[in-house]
Amino acid sequence: MTERLPLKHLALAALVVATGLTACSKKAEPAPATVAAPAAPAKPAPLKAAFVYVGPVGDAGYTYAHDLGRKEAAAKLGDKVETTFVEKVAEGPDAERVIRDLATQGNKIIFATSFGFGDSMVKVAKDFPDVHFEHATGFKTSENMRVYEPRIHEVAYFAGIVAGRMTKTNTLGFVGSFPIPEVLRNIDAFTLGAQSVNPKVKTRVVWVGSWFDPPKETEAAQALLNKGADVLLQNTDSTAVLQAAEKAGKYAFGWDSDMSAFAPKAHLGSCVLLWGVYYEKALNDVLDKTWKTGATKWGYREGMTDFIKIPDFVPADAKKKVEEVKAGLKAGTFEIFKAPVVDNTGKVRLRKGEVASDKWLGDVNFYVKGVEGKVPSGK
Amino acid sequence: MIRLEPRATPSMAMSILSPVIALAITAAAGAALFTALGKDPGQALSVFFLEPFNGVRAISELALKSTPLVLIALGLALCYRSNVWNIGAEGQFLMGAIGGGGLALWVTTAEIGMSRWLFFPLVILAGAMAGAAWAGVVALLRDRFNANEILVSLMLVYVANLFLSWLVFGPWKDPQGYNFPQTVSFAANTELPRVIRGMRLHWGTAVALVAAVVMWLFMFRTFTGIQLQVGGPAPAAARYAGFSSRAAIWTTLLVSGGLSGVAGAFEVAGPMGQLTPHVSAGYGFTAIIVAFVGRLHPLGCILGSVVLSMFLIGGELAQSRIGLPSALAGVFQGVLLLSLLACDTLIHYRPRWSRGS
Repeated sequence: MTERLPLKHLALAALVVATGLTACSKKAEPAPATVAAPAAPAKPAPLKAAFVYVGPVGDAGYTYAHDLGRKEAAAKLGDKVETTFVEKVAEGPDAERVIRDLATQGNKIIFATSFGFGDSMVKVAKDFPDVHFEHATGFKTSENMRVYEPRIHEVAYFAGIVAGRMTKTNTLGFVGSFPIPEVLRNIDAFTLGAQSVNPKVKTRVVWVGSWFDPPKETEAAQALLNKGADVLLQNTDSTAVLQAAEKAGKYAFGWDSDMSAFAPKAHLGSCVLLWGVYYEKALNDVLDKTWKTGATKWGYREGMTDFIKIPDFVPADAKKKVEEVKAGLKAGTFEIFKAPVVDNTGKVRLRKGEVASDKWLGDVNFYVKGVEGKVPSGK
Repeated sequence: MIRLEPRATPSMAMSILSPVIALAITAAAGAALFTALGKDPGQALSVFFLEPFNGVRAISELALKSTPLVLIALGLALCYRSNVWNIGAEGQFLMGAIGGGGLALWVTTAEIGMSRWLFFPLVILAGAMAGAAWAGVVALLRDRFNANEILVSLMLVYVANLFLSWLVFGPWKDPQGYNFPQTVSFAANTELPRVIRGMRLHWGTAVALVAAVVMWLFMFRTFTGIQLQVGGPAPAAARYAGFSSRAAIWTTLLVSGGLSGVAGAFEVAGPMGQLTPHVSAGYGFTAIIVAFVGRLHPLGCILGSVVLSMFLIGGELAQSRIGLPSALAGVFQGVLLLSLLACDTLIHYRPRWSRGS
């Protein structure tokens, strides 16, 4: 009896292996044939576009916003384009493999949506001169690679207006990811926005050294709340800060995408990125053969950022102020970084008569007056 | 009812068959999963199991991805066999990356002219020394103060990570880099020599394979190797036999740290070409899985690395080819590991059917 049983087991195992293997090999040949041939021969093949995401798409945050943009552009362009994406790609050697594979798969335009993908993209772009490469938030360009980014500090300014009106302790909190110009601009704009309605406001900053780390973000938010901050903004991708504020009965904002559903009591508005407008334009550039290298910096005016879902309990004067600034940005008459800009050590960073050029904005490495502390390793 | 009955001796047949059965279970579970998601299971499985081997470039990428895993897992296998629980290979990897990257940065900024083949052994040495030094801290604290090496090695991962961040945000930052946290791109002569023109695979992979053979010889063909493996699990017996447990701690940690450090240096001087805060894609932790999938055997570590890399790459391909979510690759990988562990039971136990209630 005991002799026969293991045999029976082995036979069963062999069977499973065999079926498994045949299942693999049977489908081996048509594997690369996912490029479905278009039914009507007259129609040109759709433009293949691919997106490389740093995070999982999920249901809120930075990558989610990119994916909304992809879907929106794809819906507008219909069967002229075919889009795919690869999510959760690490910023490092993995990115080059993913981008190269997408280029070999016949994608004619590839979007890499995180700063850390830049150097990988530069390397691949050299080898595929007929593919168009688009890098979000980067600065390296070439003949067939260009960069794009939203002026998100504008919406941080809107959040600042509401925060400055809502704070009772005159202390705002900011959970920062990395002390790079983009994030420092947001902290500064948030503070300037708040000071425009409440000159007594101070901002405290806690750095978490990550774009997405909910436990750390929660801890940082808690630390800020403990130090007396009662309205928080973050430059990280999760809903953790908003939820920490909700739990503590304080206020916070949504970032990158609409997060109002995550904290109905704490939510004072969401700073959203609307990548769709740019994606539609970029895809059209390729379709119309008008694609040219360069750098695109779009903001509220072009419809790439917005501040939405301000709740009813926010006083009308704050809402009115937001609308005024929005109108000013649209008309091009309002400047967020308006001279004189003074940093928190008293140094004048933007003299009277000077304007905040893209170059100046790209080099922001200081806290404005009203932000407490020192920028980490700011030399 | 199935009962498990201990075998008198581990089954030879089962130790060969168990991974095969595990793979079959994974394939079957995967097929069910893909079907449930409305995907063609055959196509999905072929993307995971065949596509990563499809062509020279794909294989070279697979080998490239496996290289750091092999190196780290080898050292961990030695540690774990000797009952030294180093789980901070990630930190040793990062320190190796800093060591190798620092050397490359120096050669770049000082514009030192040397051939790639001369730089190659130097960067190995730099990585090994930095990684071994970091693991040496663990060995010292364990040896001198009897501090738990699990905690110490893990905590040092975070320290290494912050140290790397400090360097790339501070003194090593590219002055032309718009304040972004990264060093300058390293000079061409610091790049590891490539195996095939136009591909990223470098000769470090060969070093990893040689290291596996050397580790095999060391573990099973040298007196010290046997000593370590005996002394680890049974310190009292080892002491009785006159083996030093202190030596075991130092040897295993320094070797393991050194190998992890080399892996880090290869990653920086190989596919990256610069230091950023994102040097590691969690290799130090993935390698722990690799070491156990490879049954703490040097040659098993190679196989384990290839299997894990196949799943990681297959996960990306499954997204771009057939639109599977990345989380599914994780689930699929989990099924494999679980069935591997479950099937390993068959090596030491015999399933028996017992009739009746």
